[in-house]
Amino acid sequence: MHKESELRPPLILGDKTWHDITEDVCRPVESKANKWWWLAFSLAVAALLWWIVAVSYTLGTGLGVWGLNKTVGWAWDITNFVWWVGIGHAGTLISAILLLFRQKWRLSINRSAEAMTIFAVICAASFIVTHMGRPWVAYWPIPLPNQFGSLWVNFNSPLVWDVFAISTYFTVSLVFWYTGLIPDFAVIRERATTKWRKRIYTLLSFGWVGSAKNWQRFEEVSLVLAGISTPLVLSVHSVVSMDFATSLVPGWHTTIFPPYFVAGAVFSGFAMVQTLLIIVRKVLGLEDYITIYHIDMMNRVILITGSIVGVAYLTEFFIAWYSGVEYEQYAFINRATGPYWWAYWSMMTCNVITPQLFWSTKLRESVFATFIISIFVNIGMWFERFVIIVTSLHRDYIPSSWTMYHPTWVEAGIFIGSLGLFFTCFLLFARVFPVIAMSELKTIIKSSSEGAKKKHAKTVTQEVNV
Amino acid sequence: MGHHSHDIEVTSTSPYEFKSRNRMIAGAMIIIGVIAIAAQFATHHEQTWANLLMNNFMFLAFGLGATFFLALQYVAEVGWSTVIKRQLEAIGLVLPVAGVIMVLIFFFGGSHLYHWMDVGITDPKAANYDKIIAGKSAYLNAPFFWVRVVLYFCIWSYGIRILRKNSLLMDQGNSTAIWKKTRRFSCGFLVLFAVTESTMAWDFIMSIETHWYSTLFGWYTFAGIFILGLIGLAFTVTYLKSKGYLQEVTEHHLHDIGKFIFAFSIFWTYLWFCQFMLIWYSNIPEEITYFMLRQDHYRGLWLGSFFINFICPFVILMSRDSKRKPRLIMAMCILLFIGHWFDTYIMVIPGSMVNISHHAVEGSAMVFGTITWMEIGTTIGFLGLLIYLVQHYLSKAPLVIKNDPLMEESLHHAI
Repeated sequence: MHKESELRPPLILGDKTWHDITEDVCRPVESKANKWWWLAFSLAVAALLWWIVAVSYTLGTGLGVWGLNKTVGWAWDITNFVWWVGIGHAGTLISAILLLFRQKWRLSINRSAEAMTIFAVICAASFIVTHMGRPWVAYWPIPLPNQFGSLWVNFNSPLVWDVFAISTYFTVSLVFWYTGLIPDFAVIRERATTKWRKRIYTLLSFGWVGSAKNWQRFEEVSLVLAGISTPLVLSVHSVVSMDFATSLVPGWHTTIFPPYFVAGAVFSGFAMVQTLLIIVRKVLGLEDYITIYHIDMMNRVILITGSIVGVAYLTEFFIAWYSGVEYEQYAFINRATGPYWWAYWSMMTCNVITPQLFWSTKLRESVFATFIISIFVNIGMWFERFVIIVTSLHRDYIPSSWTMYHPTWVEAGIFIGSLGLFFTCFLLFARVFPVIAMSELKTIIKSSSEGAKKKHAKTVTQEVNV
Repeated sequence: MGHHSHDIEVTSTSPYEFKSRNRMIAGAMIIIGVIAIAAQFATHHEQTWANLLMNNFMFLAFGLGATFFLALQYVAEVGWSTVIKRQLEAIGLVLPVAGVIMVLIFFFGGSHLYHWMDVGITDPKAANYDKIIAGKSAYLNAPFFWVRVVLYFCIWSYGIRILRKNSLLMDQGNSTAIWKKTRRFSCGFLVLFAVTESTMAWDFIMSIETHWYSTLFGWYTFAGIFILGLIGLAFTVTYLKSKGYLQEVTEHHLHDIGKFIFAFSIFWTYLWFCQFMLIWYSNIPEEITYFMLRQDHYRGLWLGSFFINFICPFVILMSRDSKRKPRLIMAMCILLFIGHWFDTYIMVIPGSMVNISHHAVEGSAMVFGTITWMEIGTTIGFLGLLIYLVQHYLSKAPLVIKNDPLMEESLHHAI
């Protein structure tokens, strides 16, 4: 029999019944959008239009419209790619690893975190396709017979590993997310009052009837998918880091990269989850489900992963000195004091110093402080990738080819536009999908809700009195 | 539902009884170790100091891994593991002893083990001047090294001391306040642990091959330390249960310990592979020498450690049932001990033997590590010491904390 300590705060506030949860979660789906949603959506779509313009211009004209040069051959494109892939990691960590660790607080946030993962991976993939310059041959990294026009892929290349890592990641995340959605879609289907809503959600819910057999299969599939997703949390960003670490470029070739990239990815992912959920809980009135305790727990993850990232920064810096390799040493001195010093110190401030503020319980439990710090972390993690990529490249082994990198409006457009793409997807998600995994959340109402805890405390007191 | 919950109660209210038979066995193992070490000194065995370092490092790793895991239980507010905290404490309490032995090893054997401690190596006028080592001397110099060594063991020993003290206080009641205090203390401990563990790995092991460097080395070492702490825990718990102790620990708890061993064996493999693959792939002379030495002269142990530490737990512990069988878990612990013995051997011995060869008379052949009765005897001795101390500490306090505020969750743990 399950038992929960009194030390554990409730995960659902207010005396909620099962029906209350259904009502609260379905309300946004069943009602009309308010003007704030339309305003946000218009902004997102406007940014998305810029993305379409910038991408079309790039593909129509060629990669020359970007600020890349022969010394700095990778810059914003891969920075953005790694940034987006990293953001996706929180969803997988929440749904897979927190499931294995039996962290019940994941239940209020897993749905939107997983949605965020999927949209973030789509944004990431868009950078790979655009930086190829010729998307019509984007299938070339896939090992297809030579008749298709490309040469057989080079399996020694980490870029090919990346293709497999990211596509596996996307597929598993999508299946995991969708599996969780099925019972919730069925709930909306049952409640549907209009013909089209009924039809659409019938289609989406795959004939779910909520029988014991349905649930048993659901549980089994969830566990198997969690098992598959767990190594993916580590492998995806490890492979991404190997794009750099297998090279001979000082600042890129370092063995700590795989686990350090993973920690950084989880760090940035949780920051993005905070940014989104703080708005979502307010706008959709879900404060009873995404409570201060949830925010606190996520802030703890941010503090821990931020500290791991900090230790990794210092380790890299120290070992660069310790190695005695002149190039390695210069790469790090140049990062901190060279022409890109501002990027380096932005990264250090945002990623190492700001999360340390979360040692304060008061700040961890402050919605406002969390929101601000989460934005700082988002910015810091973008700069981290920029620093790794651009500062390592711009001063290579031959000083005569040293140069700077200047982004163009096209690159800025693709980056801002990818944010537009992301938010367009997320805002649509928040309108038509249940943003909280209500069926799963209902499983803890008897153990972890405020109502259940009050009832339990009352029983205990009565017993003591008897 | 909830009101029948106090049916299960803590029954392990007395300590472990350290019987004379077990004392004899542990004592005999220690004597074997002393003989093996004495024989090494008597025969001027080249590997002596390296053997001592390697074995004491593993001894230390048990204590450090257990202490880390114990502190983590408080920080992460873990419920299920409450009934096994005392076992973690007993293993963690070996840290001060490991510290004393380590200090002795460094004091008498440091100059045999560490190339950078050689006289004149940083002096440009000396015949054995080494420019690269001289470049590292701001960190690798004897005074700073000693400061660090003393600091590490003080921090770790203090950590386990306070964790133990607070746990004993919880036996006496008013536990929630103490538990909260311990959680706070554990946060601080883990921060210091995160820093000292990495630098310790550089100091004790990475600096043996002074030219070589790897940013991942500290974390890789951590993965091994953690596994040793976990198998120490699993073995202690299953042993105690087999002797009729710890009725509170069920197959559900064993299952969770098994999951940790399974997951972190894969984590160890992941780091092993990252470190190896990235160095192999780039093939830079400064780095690749490390693996060439191991591949050319220690291939069996090098690959053996990879296979035992990865394939065995992966295949055997994959199924749910296997993690719930005490005898199988015990066998897994022994297997992983051997695997991590190989791993520690591969980390310590090859480089040490190169240093020994440097010290040998000019023109003499390169010496390589061997595994003879002396090496195995040394390990038996250190294991004897570990077994003795853990049983000793288990016999000093009740086997389960009495009033831990999360105890109910652990007693009712079912998965």
